[in-house]
Amino acid sequence: MAQLEIREVSKHFGGVQALLRVSVDVPKGEILSVIGPNGAGKTTLVNCVNGVFHPEAGRILLDGTDLTHLSPPRIAALGIARTFQNIALFRGMTVLDNLMLGRHIHMKNGVFRSVLYWGPGRKEEIAHREVVEDIIDFLEIEAIRKQVVGSLPYGLQKRVELGRALALHPKILLLDEPMGGMNIEEKEDMARFILDVNDEWGTTIVLIEHDMGVVMDISQRVVVLDLGTKIAEGTPKEVKNNPLVIKAYLGAKAVA
Amino acid sequence: MINRECGVFQTTYRGDMALYPVPLAKASYGLLLLVLLALPLAADSHKMAIINLIGLASVGAIGLNILTGYTGQVSLGHGAFMMVGSYTAAILSARYGMPFWIGLPAGGAVAAAVGAFFGIPSLRIKGLYLAIATLAAQFIIEWCINHITWIGGGAQSSIYVPTPTFFGWEINNEYRRYFLVLPVCVLAYVAAQNLVRSRVGRAFIAIRDRDVAAEIIGVDIFKYKLLSFAVSSFYAGVAGALWTYYLKIANYEHFILSTSISYLAMIIIGGLGSVLGSVFGAVFITLLPIVLVYVVEGIARLFGFTYFTIADFLANLRLIIYGGLIILFLAIEPEGLYRMWGSIKRYFRLWPFSY
Ligand SMILES: Nc1ncnc2c1ncn2[C@@H]1O[C@H](COP(=O)(O)OP(=O)(O)OP(=O)(O)O)[C@@H](O)[C@H]1O
Ligand SMILES: [Mg+2]
Repeated sequence: MAQLEIREVSKHFGGVQALLRVSVDVPKGEILSVIGPNGAGKTTLVNCVNGVFHPEAGRILLDGTDLTHLSPPRIAALGIARTFQNIALFRGMTVLDNLMLGRHIHMKNGVFRSVLYWGPGRKEEIAHREVVEDIIDFLEIEAIRKQVVGSLPYGLQKRVELGRALALHPKILLLDEPMGGMNIEEKEDMARFILDVNDEWGTTIVLIEHDMGVVMDISQRVVVLDLGTKIAEGTPKEVKNNPLVIKAYLGAKAVA
Repeated sequence: MINRECGVFQTTYRGDMALYPVPLAKASYGLLLLVLLALPLAADSHKMAIINLIGLASVGAIGLNILTGYTGQVSLGHGAFMMVGSYTAAILSARYGMPFWIGLPAGGAVAAAVGAFFGIPSLRIKGLYLAIATLAAQFIIEWCINHITWIGGGAQSSIYVPTPTFFGWEINNEYRRYFLVLPVCVLAYVAAQNLVRSRVGRAFIAIRDRDVAAEIIGVDIFKYKLLSFAVSSFYAGVAGALWTYYLKIANYEHFILSTSISYLAMIIIGGLGSVLGSVFGAVFITLLPIVLVYVVEGIARLFGFTYFTIADFLANLRLIIYGGLIILFLAIEPEGLYRMWGSIKRYFRLWPFSY
């Protein structure tokens, strides 16, 4: 049984059929890429998985648990974390606090313990700070840990957002164009982090990416969406040579 | 408050996460506390009264800043939640003979419950619309107190409260009241500082900064918005109760809409999202009318007017100045006096070797 099962999911916005009976199975520990032209429905698919949208039809299961109609916080607690296509960090907070928020679901401190900041309450804060520091080391962002996120350059913000998602210690990581707008060097760093996360923690990764080079390099399997439907699925090589895929991309280019 | 951060390196997370991470900062807080304790030696009764008013305002302002500055939920009902605390304390003390140290937390607790209830609309609406919804709280609560005799006590909706005592020690002058107000202030301040730097406070700020992202990392927005209303209203309730023991009367006129607005002015001028800024704002807004009276009276006397002819003008002038300052600060220095304080501190951090 796949760890994440997306079964026949459909979702529309007004007259736009963003997803039409899309099914994807993601086995544990896989790096799966989702590609497709602009407006194909990639982001919508991710939004359905973590509960930002609820599909009109179909089901989504994590380790057999149905999460189709759960709220985003519940889904986060079940072990699904994500990053956004347009960075969605907490701009007014430091890098550290952003990552500490990634620990929110694993902490218990309520108002009283927070207010006291003593004994068990402080102990918990420190324990989770240690977890966060490991992630900071891993992502090589030690030097900026006390900086306010809004003041950081774009590439670093993307990295911090990955850090916040990692802080949840998720079973599944959904990355929506984590390399969008990056230069080659930054892309290479990001690709390395993604591979390392997968390698060291066995985290299942669903990656939305436009850069075909990166997709070919790091993913084990690729799913292709076009106009809300799945048009191909397979190894990077298979997908690359699939005539339907070539047509979808060329078609999209011809229109543009 | 006075911390020169240069040349101090923390080697443990515990050290790094301390509220006052620099030795000098710890010492300066100790010193500040000493100064606060010694203040009555240096001030006459009139000055003590002003200091007490600042203390009362600080507690309320910190509370509103938790909701508006940290959680991003605008409220025009803060005065009403203070009213709830005020009448709770008055009823407990005047009718049931409870001591102030029960009335204070009880006022906070009842206000917290009422505040959380009126916070429910925040789950659906934001910004200006929420402000209007909380305005409803202001009017509904005021109406209840004026029309339900059991709460308001009937005539003029005033409840007189006996002089509070602490194990026989009568709190009956400005000096003694200071020692009622000061501990509450210090507790309120430290509690808020702790709150905003730990799990619950981070969740509040996350909701303010990016609510969708807060949800997907597992912050239950429903729960934390209501929690923020509750905590903020708890502060309001304690402040209202303190006000009641201070004046020995509960009266709704102390907590009308313009009270709510002046608290908003405090946190905007002092600094949204800053506990210390709330105190700055409380100082500023409390002193403003007092200074204003001196200035306007002086000018009026020059032109041969008496106080009575200008009293009305003064009241309006105060509101105009509030409005002007709010706009000015929102436009020019949204982080308020706190930010200015930060600039001064940064300057002195490396002083006298600034280059
Ligand atoms: N919240 C929304 N409201 C209305 N329409 C939406 C919404 N979100 C997505 N859509 C529409 O659904 C379709 C799929 O959008 P989606 O964002 O999933 O595409 P995508 O594959 O992520 O594209 P891109 O590569 O540009 O990010 C588009 O036509 C888009 O306009
Ligand atoms: Mg997208």
